[in-house]
Amino acid sequence: MSLRNENRKHLEGLCRKFRQDLIKLLHGIQTGHPGGSLSSAEIMTTLYYEKLNVNAKNAKDENRDRFILGKGHAAPMLYLILADLGFFPKEDLVTLRQLDSHLQGHPSAKTTNGIELSTGPLGLGLPAGLGIALAAKLDKKDYTTYVLMGDGELQEGIVWEAVMSASKFKADNLIVIIDNNGVQLDGTLEEIMPMGDIGAKWAAFGWNVLHIDGHDVGAISDAVDTAKTLKGKPTVIVARTVKGKGVSFMEGKSAWHGKPIGKDEYVTAMSELEVAL
Amino acid sequence: MTAVKRAIRDVYGDTLAQLGSENKNIIALDADVGSSSKSIVFGKAFPERYFNVGIAEANMVAMAAGFATTGKIPFANTFAAFMVLRAGDPVRSLIAYTNLNVKLAGTYAGLSDSYDGASHHSIADIAFMRSMPNMTVISISDPVEAELATRAAASYMGPVYLRLSRAEAPVIFDKKTYDYKIGKGVTLVDGSDLTIVATGYMLVKALEAAELLAKKGISARVVNIHTIKPIDRELLVECARQTGAIVTVEEHNVFGGLGSAVAEVLAMHQPVPIEIVGIEDTFAESGDYEKLLGKYGLQAANVVARAEKVVKRKK
Ligand SMILES: Cc1ncc(C[n+]2csc(CCOP(=O)(O)OP(=O)(O)O)c2C)c(N)n1
Ligand SMILES: [Mg+2]
Repeated sequence: MSLRNENRKHLEGLCRKFRQDLIKLLHGIQTGHPGGSLSSAEIMTTLYYEKLNVNAKNAKDENRDRFILGKGHAAPMLYLILADLGFFPKEDLVTLRQLDSHLQGHPSAKTTNGIELSTGPLGLGLPAGLGIALAAKLDKKDYTTYVLMGDGELQEGIVWEAVMSASKFKADNLIVIIDNNGVQLDGTLEEIMPMGDIGAKWAAFGWNVLHIDGHDVGAISDAVDTAKTLKGKPTVIVARTVKGKGVSFMEGKSAWHGKPIGKDEYVTAMSELEVAL
Repeated sequence: MTAVKRAIRDVYGDTLAQLGSENKNIIALDADVGSSSKSIVFGKAFPERYFNVGIAEANMVAMAAGFATTGKIPFANTFAAFMVLRAGDPVRSLIAYTNLNVKLAGTYAGLSDSYDGASHHSIADIAFMRSMPNMTVISISDPVEAELATRAAASYMGPVYLRLSRAEAPVIFDKKTYDYKIGKGVTLVDGSDLTIVATGYMLVKALEAAELLAKKGISARVVNIHTIKPIDRELLVECARQTGAIVTVEEHNVFGGLGSAVAEVLAMHQPVPIEIVGIEDTFAESGDYEKLLGKYGLQAANVVARAEKVVKRKK
């Protein structure tokens, strides 16, 4: 069922707020990854507020949906969402990346409530997610496992080992979303390592492939609904996004993958985000 | 030691580019961290000899092995953690096994990529690299060593692991007088009550500790072991014999690193009390670098405490 207009507005409002909070947070601590956090705002927000069956009050419910952030460096965006949903106090957010905080630079399942899997080293989220999805089948549970991946992350060989395995084991309860922002750390994918037609590659391994605008909350919601109806094969949603989305000088720039935000940059970014959307 | 600081990785990148202009056989590879490792400096100067393979470390290192079989001198660059953990198989099965002339530059070693957290820290790389037959393992302590070690690695025939820090490090050595030789330890401070054996960024902490100990009336010798393998056995035995006690200091798990290497040598050739200062077999966490070093027991004060302990253990 498509998103109702008010839900769409609500999600868009949340994304705007999360973007502002993200810039504030990362400017405050002078470390962390703005680009890939901003590009995944709509994807993670739509999943957490519309799709995932998760509940902060019962975070370890064995029937919960599982969300795995393969591109672990987008942790700040995930933390903003988890705090908003009550997985941990919002006051914790300012301790991000500081000594003695449970909020690690990359998600840590050992320390932070709501984190399903420790990630950071790229490429490990998908195979681990596949293990979770196959366990659901063994246990006859109907939860869905979601893995959010970067497009540069797809360059790791282990990703294709997992793509192959998910297909063989018919993991139709596994949904992968690719944050296809076209940019990695050192430059654009085109410059560093072109991935060509990403959808065609996954299709060749036997996956269902959906293409959407990754900043359109309605499209994200619809694609997830469609994916859930597709049986017999895993589904990948290739979400076209813009790295650094919402902050003009960060958009499409690999330089903003993991750069500290300066004072003037902070002011400009915030003023753009005030009026955005 | 001067107050002048330079980022070790900047010096490394500049040196690599300089080497590239001196020797056409030198090529460089990176796995999408060229702007962090600074291999990009080489890449800008010699785009046709620079191969950024994307986020694919194992592929990069296996490619480097192939290059080496044709007489090229490849420098492969990535974070130390991923050099060992992702590219471990080609490091062993292609490079170490056949003794190929590949240089493996592992940047962001130890806790130096402090804010990224335990997922990016590298506290097992020395243990892995040291247990690869044929591998030379070099750890870099200051900007001067960054240049000299990179040059030495380039002219050395055989596989070399260069352990590089993300940190801005104070200049310890004088480039004009430093006779840098692979496999040769360096005594920086003389002393008679114990020897502090340090490597990498921990050398600064060792020097600081020696000063603090002097104020307490304890005379500490300070030795820099920049080449962890092959280790300078002669120097270590001499220090053990003359000072009768050893404290090792490294930004690595206490298992399998410098401390282990020193203990292996001395247990067989000159047994004396040894204290191993390092990360106590635990994952660290995100945080400010110096604070992190404090919490995980790698500041000068920790070295001082262990030095006092080891001196008491002397008979
Ligand atoms: C195995 C591994 N190699 C290298 C890195 C360093 N690294 C962190 S993020 C990144 C680029 C990621 O690009 P992409 O997957 O496209 O993420 P996004 O654009 O969404 O930020 C790199 C190379 C890493 N975290 N893990
Ligand atoms: Mg990307």
